[in-house]
Amino acid sequence: MLEIKEIWKTFNAGTVNEKQALRGVSLTLNDGDFCTVIGGNGAGKSTMLNAVAGTFPVDAGTISIGGTDVTHLPEFKRAKFIGRVFQDPMMGTAPTMQIIENLALAARRGQSRGLKWGITKAEKEQYQEMLHGLDLGLEDRLTSKVGLLSGGQRQALTLLMASLQKPKLLLLDEHTAALDPKTAAKVLELSDRIVAENHLTTMMVTHNMKDAIAHGNRLIMMYDGRIVIDVSGEEKKKLTVPQLLELFSKVSGSDEADDKLLLS
Amino acid sequence: MLNFINALPGAISQGLIWGIMAIGVYITYKILDIADLTVDGSFCTGAAVFVVLYTGGTNLWIAMLASLLAGMLAGLVTGILHTFCGIPAILSGILTQLGLWSINMAIMGMKATVAINVSTPELLDKLLVSLRFVKDVANGTRPFYRHPILVVGIFTAILILVLYWFFGTELGCSLRATGSNQNMARAQGINTDFCKVLGLMISNGLVSLSGALLAQYNSASEINMGRGAIVIGLAAVIIGEVGFSKLFHNFGLKLLSVSIGAIIYYIVIQAVLAMGLNPNYLKLLSAVVVAIFLSIPYWKNKYIRASVKTTKGVSTNA
Repeated sequence: MLEIKEIWKTFNAGTVNEKQALRGVSLTLNDGDFCTVIGGNGAGKSTMLNAVAGTFPVDAGTISIGGTDVTHLPEFKRAKFIGRVFQDPMMGTAPTMQIIENLALAARRGQSRGLKWGITKAEKEQYQEMLHGLDLGLEDRLTSKVGLLSGGQRQALTLLMASLQKPKLLLLDEHTAALDPKTAAKVLELSDRIVAENHLTTMMVTHNMKDAIAHGNRLIMMYDGRIVIDVSGEEKKKLTVPQLLELFSKVSGSDEADDKLLLS
Repeated sequence: MLNFINALPGAISQGLIWGIMAIGVYITYKILDIADLTVDGSFCTGAAVFVVLYTGGTNLWIAMLASLLAGMLAGLVTGILHTFCGIPAILSGILTQLGLWSINMAIMGMKATVAINVSTPELLDKLLVSLRFVKDVANGTRPFYRHPILVVGIFTAILILVLYWFFGTELGCSLRATGSNQNMARAQGINTDFCKVLGLMISNGLVSLSGALLAQYNSASEINMGRGAIVIGLAAVIIGEVGFSKLFHNFGLKLLSVSIGAIIYYIVIQAVLAMGLNPNYLKLLSAVVVAIFLSIPYWKNKYIRASVKTTKGVSTNA
C-alpha cells in the first residue's frame, strides 16, 4: 500500500544548522498493516511521516501510495490518499469553524469542491451518529466552534475526520503526546477501533515503547535518519520493552540511546 | 448641530458605499487572515474604470461590471505575488498598490481627476447614486426610491446574500478553512494557494465596485480617493465587531455589522467635522482610532491573564 524507496532529506543544507534528517529510508507497508514507529528525538520519525504526507519535497528517493507515485505531488493532492492526525491538537482542525463544518470539509477530502452547498442534510444526521459513537458528548454540539473543544476532543474529532473519506494510508504523528494519560489512552483506543473498523493501513509514531508494542502488527525503530529495527507478526507480539532496548543498543552500538528513549 | 443633522443622510450614504469596500476588507482580514493593502489602489481602479467607461458612453451596469473585473485582476496580481512568488502578503499588497497608482493614472488618461459631467441631466439621471440625489429627494424633485441610502442599502443587501451563499458552498468553506488553519486545509486536500488568490480577487472586486459607486456619488474619480482605504475598512470591521459580535453570530449578519460599522465611522467623522476639526486631521484621527482598537484584544489578553494570577494567589492565601 505504501512504498518508500531510499528517501533522503537534509534540512538547512550548507549551513551550520545542516541536519540530515532522513538518510536512505526504505519501507514497504502491506494493505492493512498497522505499523508503529519509535525512536529518540531527532531520529527522523516525524520527518518520515511528513515526507510521505508531502509537507516538503524529498531530496532523493520515491514514495508511492497504492501504486501511485506521489513523490512530486503537492501536499494537498496527496491528501486524497492520506488521513492525518498531528501531534499538536490545534493543527488538525479549523478552530473558527463549527464541528459539523470541519466534518463536512473532511468528508470532501480528495474531491473537487464546487458551488454545491457545503453541508447536506443527510450528512448532518450521519455525523451526529458518528459523534455519538465517540462518546464525548459532541453529538449535541454540532454547531459549536472547534476552538472551544479540549485537546482530547479535537484529536478524537480529527481521527474521525481522517477516516470519513476512507484513506489509503492513515498517518498518526504522536497524536496522543500532548494529552494527559487518561485522555491519551482513550484516543489510542479510539484509533485502534477506527483502524480496525475501516481496515486502514496505518503508521503511528509514538514516544511510548509500551504503546508501540501493544498496538499494531509491525514495529519499526528509527535512529539517526534510518530504520534500524523492523519486527512484525509473532516476533512483535512477543516483544517486551527490555528486549526492545537491548535490540536497539545492539543495532546502534551504544547504550546512550537507552536513557534517550526511556526519558523521552 | 443643525449642520450635523443635515449632513447625516450624506454621511450614511457614504458610509454604506464604503461599507461595501469594508466587506471586501473583511474577507481578506477576517476570513483569510491576510492584511491586504491592495485596496488602497484597487479602490481608485474601480472608480477610474467606471468613470472613463461611463463618460465614454458605456452602459452603467457594464461599466460597473468592468470595475468589478478590474479589481479582481488587481487581487489576482497580489495573490500571485503572494503565493506563486512567495512574497509576504503585506508586501505583495503594497507592491500592487504602488503599481496601481501608475495604472490608475493611465486609465484616467494621465489626469489626476476625471469628472462625470452631471450638468447633463440624462447622464446624471442614469447614475445609480449621486450626492445630488440626497438633496433632490429631500426637495421632492426626485422620487424617494432614488435616495442613495435606499439604493446602496439594497445593493449591499444583495451583495451580502450572494456572499452568504458563496461562503456556504464547498468552495466557500474551503476558503474559510484556509483562513482558519492552513495545515488542516491542506491535509483535507484544499489547494490553499488557490483559495488565497480567489479570496483576494473577490475582496478586491468588491473594493473596486465600492470605488465605482463612490465615483458616481461624487461624480468624479480622483487619483487619491483610495488613500487610507484599508484603515477605513479595518475601522469598519472593528467597529462592527465591537458593537455587534455579541448580537450577530450568523455569517450574513456579521457582514451586515461591517456595513453598519462603516456607517457609524462616517457619522463619527461627520460629528468630528461639525465640531470644527480641520479635515486634514481626519487621517491621523482614523489611524489613531484603528490603532487603539487593534490593540484592545492584545491588552485584554494581558489583563485577563494577570487577573487570573491574582485570583489564584488569593485562593492559596485563603
